[in-house]
Amino acid sequence: MLLSSLVAQASPLSEQQVQQLQGLVSQLNPIQQAWVSGYLAASAQLASGALPQQPAASAAPAATLTILYGSQTGNARHVAEQLAAQAKAKQWAVNLLDMADYKANQLKNEQFLTIVTSTYGEGEPPENAEAFYKFLFSKKAPQLPQLKYAVLGLGDTSYEFFCKTAQDFDQRLAELGAKPLQGRQDLDVDYESAASSWNQALIEVLEPEFKESATPASGAQVIAWPGQTAAAASSYSKQQPFAAELYTNQKITGRDSSKDVRHIEISLAGSDLSYQPGDALGVYFDNDPALVRELLQITAIASSTPVRLGEQRLTIAEALTSQLELTQSYPAFVDKYAAAIGSEALQTLAADKTALRDYLAVRQIIDIVREHPGMPSAQQLVDALRKQQPRLYSIASSQAEVEDEVHLTVGVVRYDAFGSTHLGGASGFLAERLAEGDQVRVFVEKNDNFRLPVNDDTPIIMVGPGTGIAPFRAFLQEREQRGASGDNWLFFGNPHFTQDFLYQVELQRYLKQGLLSRLDVAFSRDQAEKIYVQHKLLKQGSEVFAWLERGAHLYICGDGNRMAKDVHQALLAIIQQHGGKSPEQAEQYLDELKQAKRYQKDVY
Amino acid sequence: MSQYPINPAFVAEGKLSDNERLKADSDHLRGTITTDLQDEITGGFNGDNFMLIRFHGMYQQDDRDIRAERAAQKLEPLHNVMLRARMPGGIITPTQWLAIDRFAAEKTMYGSIRLTTRQTFQFHGVLKPNIKPMHQFLHQIGIDSIATAGDVNRNVLCTSNPVQSELHQQAYQWAVKISEHLLPKTRAYAEIWLDEEKVETTEQEPILGDTYLPRKFKTTVVIPPDNDIDVHANDLNFVAIAENGQLVGFNVLVGGGLAMTFGDTSTYPRRADELGFIPLEHTLKVAEHVVTVQRDYGDRVNRKNAKTKYTLDRIGLDNFRREVEQRVGVPFEPVRPYTFTNRGDRIGWVEGIDGKHHLTLFIENGRVLDFPGKPLKTGLAEIAKVHQGDFRMTANQNLIVAGVPSEQKAQIEQLARKYGLIDDGHSEQRKNSMACVAFPTCPLAMAEAERYLPELVTKVEGLLGKHQLADEHIVLRVTGCPNGCGRAMLAEAGLVGRAPGKYNLYLGGDRVGSRVPKLYLDNVGEAEILTALDQLIGRWANERLADECFGDFVIRAGVVAEVKVSKTDFHA
Repeated sequence: MLLSSLVAQASPLSEQQVQQLQGLVSQLNPIQQAWVSGYLAASAQLASGALPQQPAASAAPAATLTILYGSQTGNARHVAEQLAAQAKAKQWAVNLLDMADYKANQLKNEQFLTIVTSTYGEGEPPENAEAFYKFLFSKKAPQLPQLKYAVLGLGDTSYEFFCKTAQDFDQRLAELGAKPLQGRQDLDVDYESAASSWNQALIEVLEPEFKESATPASGAQVIAWPGQTAAAASSYSKQQPFAAELYTNQKITGRDSSKDVRHIEISLAGSDLSYQPGDALGVYFDNDPALVRELLQITAIASSTPVRLGEQRLTIAEALTSQLELTQSYPAFVDKYAAAIGSEALQTLAADKTALRDYLAVRQIIDIVREHPGMPSAQQLVDALRKQQPRLYSIASSQAEVEDEVHLTVGVVRYDAFGSTHLGGASGFLAERLAEGDQVRVFVEKNDNFRLPVNDDTPIIMVGPGTGIAPFRAFLQEREQRGASGDNWLFFGNPHFTQDFLYQVELQRYLKQGLLSRLDVAFSRDQAEKIYVQHKLLKQGSEVFAWLERGAHLYICGDGNRMAKDVHQALLAIIQQHGGKSPEQAEQYLDELKQAKRYQKDVY
Repeated sequence: MSQYPINPAFVAEGKLSDNERLKADSDHLRGTITTDLQDEITGGFNGDNFMLIRFHGMYQQDDRDIRAERAAQKLEPLHNVMLRARMPGGIITPTQWLAIDRFAAEKTMYGSIRLTTRQTFQFHGVLKPNIKPMHQFLHQIGIDSIATAGDVNRNVLCTSNPVQSELHQQAYQWAVKISEHLLPKTRAYAEIWLDEEKVETTEQEPILGDTYLPRKFKTTVVIPPDNDIDVHANDLNFVAIAENGQLVGFNVLVGGGLAMTFGDTSTYPRRADELGFIPLEHTLKVAEHVVTVQRDYGDRVNRKNAKTKYTLDRIGLDNFRREVEQRVGVPFEPVRPYTFTNRGDRIGWVEGIDGKHHLTLFIENGRVLDFPGKPLKTGLAEIAKVHQGDFRMTANQNLIVAGVPSEQKAQIEQLARKYGLIDDGHSEQRKNSMACVAFPTCPLAMAEAERYLPELVTKVEGLLGKHQLADEHIVLRVTGCPNGCGRAMLAEAGLVGRAPGKYNLYLGGDRVGSRVPKLYLDNVGEAEILTALDQLIGRWANERLADECFGDFVIRAGVVAEVKVSKTDFHA
């Protein structure tokens, strides 16, 4: 059980005691916690309740396994947590940390380091890994002859810079003199089983190193890490999603919009799921039955054909509908499918990585199969497809306001190509195929790197164009419910004022009430020159800088490829111009904001 | 306040309506419109500005068809403005026409030019970012929209009949002069829309007053025997009196007006009364002082009773006349004889006494737009490209291609036919039917008007045909609310919107527009209206006197009582 959720649970402690306990525990590192845990367990065994004369013998400085994760969507964090749990089970000292929380100057003292990281965009480190990455590649990085390390990369082979950040870490640590514990692996989106194996192998490699220094505290079991949210305490998870009811599916772009954005309301009633503003909701989906039918028709496979999927046995129709990825395409499919149907044309294409990427960028699985019809066996088709990954949507509501509901702002992926309309997997499911009252499998993915300031008086600046507005709706709801007095400034943008002003009426109300102190909007296509949020930021540069100077937290959510970078550049320009700083100083200014968790991004 | 002695007995007492505060606070119609133009969060105007833009010729509207849809989408109503141009007498040049044709296509939501009963055009669906450019564009082609709405003297109408070309020219010049004489003097329009510099002056409104008029005010110049502009719908009418084809003066009529409020019997449509004759030289002075008398004595407490017609009924015609005479300094002469024999437009070609040819095009509902199979808008643009005369918008929402030389007649006719602007199949009934805009843009509409009229006319045509009256017509008008833009309250059969699909049916107006009709059916749907009309048209067919029009028949037959004096008869 997590301390932070203790109050909600039936506990023999008073609220005050819980708070004191939480307060104490939050100051302890995992080793100290382990020790305290053992100490309390031991003392509880004394029926008299009397305190022992001496605390249990404290451990000699133990070998510690430091596990850092750089995670955009939570996958790397899950893998890192899994590894930590395995190490804990062996009673090793483990220091599991979000890379953003890691003090880089500790590195020279580390003996055992494992990094699990994803890669973002065009080969950049994920948001929470940026600072550590920068440090490691800077002149300040120390030589690390004492360090033994392992790196696991998570990525998506359909991207050009697949697992680049993991490769960079691996190479750089080696350059600095660290020794690999085991070889790096770069895993595709269906990473789960390979990651488990890699973790297991690593544990085995570490076994001799840790054998003699296992934490001696008796009775210590898996220890909760501070900072874990209540969400993780739910009995529902990525592995075991909750079948939630869809309450509302409401289009919130105008009838003439080029975009179809849906406001989705889902009921969490009957689950113990909870979330905080900033968290994401993972959504599993069923593929379009028409797509499944067509795929089976082209490949001449009967829908009831049994197939194996891991340990499962099911019909191919079931597998294609709810288990496998049919909308996003990826190189491995082309390889395997080409081999299965013996298509030379596809094999040739698969050999040219650049051409393949361009080819895949505009095609879903069905397009490939339509263009290269063949007759793989049912099992070959299943093996060629990767497992469906849930889609993560930044949550657009606060439980303080909506209680057991969760709201999403979903941009529906829909485009015409090769003579047919293509829909996104999850967005198509939510928007078109799921009726209100139907069930959708969901779980909460926490995001501690996107949190409102603890202090309600702290001003915040939110930059959230397009569906990037979602978490800020949650923030505003939360701040309104809390009666937070801090100023709130939102920058929003989209193509057209009349069609694409998401949550316009709500925002107007917030502005009128004063909850929103300022609202600046950029509608890019309403005039000859394109105006984006970064232009609005620049226009308000002196005010933006003044807000930062008075302690404002800064948040960006939305497109990471262009918008977040353009906004970052705009911020640098603002800090230079209005703070009278050099480009380097401006960079440093933002770095410091990041370090202080005052500059947070949720980009995709 | 007033520069004239005020008789306190004639002033309505009580707490001034909020509109009076709004005008007084507006800094001569400026308000904070400029600030609102910068507000990017809403497409609408805030607070007083919502009303103040009317004085600049615009109404804030929204697409009511999608109001509920957008509310569900968490979007504000699709706010936009309707612009009503100031075009005294409705004359517009081909160059101007081509320019507004392009603007409508490129910068308005509906892409149309709407000819209206105020003898001007309206743009519908102009979004906020286009508003200021619109005024600047209009300014460039010599058009403005000053005072076409709000509590001021609005666009001045003038009979369109182009046959008596010289007389029309003289009357038209007076319409322009009256319009300009009564315009607000504030520079607000120039400053806000045309970016003209703010000049340090102590602004005054010597005619309209610093709080402007108590209510809207409508003026016409009419050339008998045509009553196309419907004198009884207007506060002030100058009835042209000619001798030997030359204009010599005007009979002055005051106090017409059609607006009313459902459920409020202190409101009613009312005919205009005669003040008397004036020679030409006093025209502007008389116009000015009818306005100043209404300015000083109109009811500023109860807006529903603020129009000139109520002032007249409250203080009496003689007192009103005396006030005007005192201020002008000249007494009215006895009214000169005049008669109205015609109200509709003469669709088709006529030759003027100057030898020029004039083609009146029937534009159903005044909506100039390219319809499937009928590219009216393109057709008018094509005509405008070659036309050497001018265009005249009529108060019946039609358009006259005026001043065509003989040698070009065939070309214009060929273009008009090619684009469906001449349709020999239009019945007399259709040509004598009219509707206001109503849904989806007019915020006041309670029921459909423009969009409903074509099918209603088809059904009435069917009834006339059924009773062997296919060549006859009934002046039929539909208006979406009781404010009267569609002038249903001067129709032989007038429908006034109550709720979606529901209307009040008024019967008993006459062909020339000299009688207010009376309520026949209250809050009924189409089926009941058509059943009643079927029965009454049947009786009319069987029982009518020679050439007796439908409106006269229903009065003579006792179907409805005649409204002689609105104040006492209309609600009786």
